[in-house]
Amino acid sequence: MRLTSKNKSSSLATTCITVTLFVTIMASLIQATTASSSFHREHTTRPMVTGTSVVGLVYNGGVLLAADTLLSYGSMAKSQNAERIKAIGNSFVVGASGEYSDYMKLLRVLEDKHLSETRTGIIEDGQTEVTAESTWNYLRMLFYSKRNKMNPYWNEVLVAGFGNVKDAAGATTGGDGETSKPFLGMVDKIGTTVSGNTLATGFGAWLALPLLREKWRPDLTEGEARALLEDCMRVLFLRDCRASPRIQLAKVTRDVTTGSVVTAVSDPYILETQWDSAEFMRPVAGLEGDGGW
Amino acid sequence: MSEQTQNIFSSTVPSGFSFANTHRNANLVSAANAASNKSSTVRLAQAKKTGTTIVGMVFAGGVILGADTRATSGEEVAEKNCQKIHYLAPNMYCAGAGTAADTDKTTELISSQLALLRLDTHLPSRVVTALTLLKRMLFRYQGHVSAALILGGVDIQGPHVYHIYPHGSTSKLSYATMGSGSVAAMSVFETSWRDGLTEDEGIAMVKRAVSAGVFNDLGSGSNIDLCIIRTDGTVDYRRNEVKPNEIGPLRAMVQRSGRMTLANGVTPILHSSYSPHPTLADVDVMEVEAS
Repeated sequence: MRLTSKNKSSSLATTCITVTLFVTIMASLIQATTASSSFHREHTTRPMVTGTSVVGLVYNGGVLLAADTLLSYGSMAKSQNAERIKAIGNSFVVGASGEYSDYMKLLRVLEDKHLSETRTGIIEDGQTEVTAESTWNYLRMLFYSKRNKMNPYWNEVLVAGFGNVKDAAGATTGGDGETSKPFLGMVDKIGTTVSGNTLATGFGAWLALPLLREKWRPDLTEGEARALLEDCMRVLFLRDCRASPRIQLAKVTRDVTTGSVVTAVSDPYILETQWDSAEFMRPVAGLEGDGGW
Repeated sequence: MSEQTQNIFSSTVPSGFSFANTHRNANLVSAANAASNKSSTVRLAQAKKTGTTIVGMVFAGGVILGADTRATSGEEVAEKNCQKIHYLAPNMYCAGAGTAADTDKTTELISSQLALLRLDTHLPSRVVTALTLLKRMLFRYQGHVSAALILGGVDIQGPHVYHIYPHGSTSKLSYATMGSGSVAAMSVFETSWRDGLTEDEGIAMVKRAVSAGVFNDLGSGSNIDLCIIRTDGTVDYRRNEVKPNEIGPLRAMVQRSGRMTLANGVTPILHSSYSPHPTLADVDVMEVEAS
């Protein structure tokens, strides 16, 4: 088409635009036809929207998890109120760092599985109760098989709850209050599993684990455990570029009267931080900068 | 005469490294690998790094520096009890992380420059002087001198702790950590440090911080060195203040065969002969004339 323009370069530009449009449309058509044959071969190659560390701790009577509520898009703070810890029924609590979309898919998988197992009573491995330890084993199988197809769930997951026991017949069950111990396990994106009393994912492994390992005792009370986790989350906020002070705690314990497992996730709240150290507030001896030149 | 002329534009400061041989070295390595039939590859020698956890903090009466004592060469422990807190001046010490040779020699060089300056000025060295000398040298080498330092000292202006990075940037802090174990040590400081600590509290905190690095970081290990520099001028260099990784008891548990400790008289003597050296009295001394 020709515009009523006297300018030669403008008509050249119009022709260029038309040609480019034509080429783009053709290219996208071509792409669409080949894309449909490779549609099922999408692989997670790098994380886009990520969450940072999750920190977990076994105390006397249960397990605590803590995580912040920040989602990062590279160096941008995408969302300040994401839920990175979730309680699945009254069986266990799961939290994850890494790619958030993979975590959301994982939650759907776990919730569907939990629903079918508790409603039908048919649980894998002949178990009678869904426990954190059995879920951790299931996640290991799931993550490893995804990794073998070169399409991992790009997450490090912490599973908190209670462990398995073997009953008199040798079957694996959830156990009762006297026999089943609090359980904390981690699965990483290639299917490595670790379980222990103090675990952390992501940056938390560098910053929070030394603190947890130093301060952990088998007879920690819930108050001490919460204070220790809050200290860890505060250090993470101070030293991890992708962390925020708005955190959530989650707890799995046994009800004192019935002995059944109870999960609870707290509302998000903001950690207190102190910025009034004398060294920060005043320059030392009137020096500009750091005194060097 | 013409080559000796100096004008205001010619610099008398030496420049950094020359990388003229980089291509040649890479070619030598690949040629050696192509030529050799062995399965192992030929590599250039690896610099001994210090892995490391080093910390420094300011308290009410001075400065405390702490360090671990493991030096690594790749994945192997090269030295189990090396010294990472280096002397700079009577009132200043510097803990170094990174390449061991770089930290040793950089601090030695600046220490000698400070000593010469003290002889010239008849005044004690200031911490900012050491800071400036160190950062100017490190910047000149554009980070290729891999020395990450924590400089701590006390002068007329009070106690100071500085961070110095290999590229030459510096910052002044109340508490600092460097090295591979710095994250573990920093988590201890961030939860425990506050204004107005006493010396004993500071020492306990520094020990905890370096221990966090020693036990949670694989590049740090063995023992813990401490150095306390006080505002009243006294310095307390405590080498191997804490030894949490003693292997003496483990070694003592090894049962060795009795054959390895032989008592006297086990070996029978079959024959002995004795011939004394001739003394001067038995030898004719001959005067030799100088020719």
